[in-house]
Amino acid sequence: MITAIVNISLKAGVLDSQGKAVHHALDSLHFSGVEDVRVGKQIVLKLNTDNKEEAMKDVTKMCEDILANTVIEDYSIELL
Amino acid sequence: MTKVTILQFPGTNCEYDTEYAFKKLGAQTEIVWHKSESIPSDTNLLVVAGGFSYGDYLRSGAIAKFSPVMKAVSEYAQNGGKVLGICNGFQVLTEAGLLPGALKRNDGLHFISKHHHLKVTNNDNIFLENLAQGDVINIPIAHHDGNYFIDSEGLQELHDNNQILLNYTDKDGNLQNPNGSVESIAGVCNKEKNIFGLMPHPERAMELLLGSDDGVKMLEGFLAS
Repeated sequence: MITAIVNISLKAGVLDSQGKAVHHALDSLHFSGVEDVRVGKQIVLKLNTDNKEEAMKDVTKMCEDILANTVIEDYSIELL
Repeated sequence: MTKVTILQFPGTNCEYDTEYAFKKLGAQTEIVWHKSESIPSDTNLLVVAGGFSYGDYLRSGAIAKFSPVMKAVSEYAQNGGKVLGICNGFQVLTEAGLLPGALKRNDGLHFISKHHHLKVTNNDNIFLENLAQGDVINIPIAHHDGNYFIDSEGLQELHDNNQILLNYTDKDGNLQNPNGSVESIAGVCNKEKNIFGLMPHPERAMELLLGSDDGVKMLEGFLAS
């Protein structure tokens, strides 16, 4: 069993309104050391395989096909 | 008689308004469930109606694009069929890659539901040819993810091919931006100009009693040609 952790966030250069709102909230709470905030989502997949190469190939296809919208989003995959 | 086919996914909620609007204009309508693998062969206009297909899970329109009916939609469009996506329908069509760009969360993060003025930016297409360029119309918007994004290269292509059909404006036609969309874009078509997506709801602007009947002229145009 392999666990794949997919992190998806808006591409650099695409305005992240939620990140901006969170940044603003942190400022209001006097957390002044925050330079930038990006809000994304994490999708955790349990895969029925022990082959990491195969898992990476499959999850990459999942990201390209549905999990991320590559017009506006970047994704990264971590296998555990 | 013109035949309008209206797609229904789990979570679609504008199919009956859309049916009402097109019936009022004399069209024959049929609502087709997303499990169908084909669309009626006598379809003149295929509408992907608004709502919250699959609860907007993952991203608006992201899961609907894999519904069985979408293969038939792509084929219909590739053969030159006329396809209209309203609101969630616009999101589904961008997710499916049938229209350029993507729709993000509104910049203000709020769901926006109100009447808004729109300017007809280009009318050299089968959808808006009975409106004049520069016409300002009053049509409701109701969305959380209506913030149109396209990269600068894509935006240039939209300009070069007159693919920006509608912009958000004030009543005098000056650009306004309710949701953060690139260049206040409210609706675009594909390069071949047979697929049109817009966030505003013309099917909700059919009766003066409800605030505006500017949708009538727009929808009449969709039925023509």
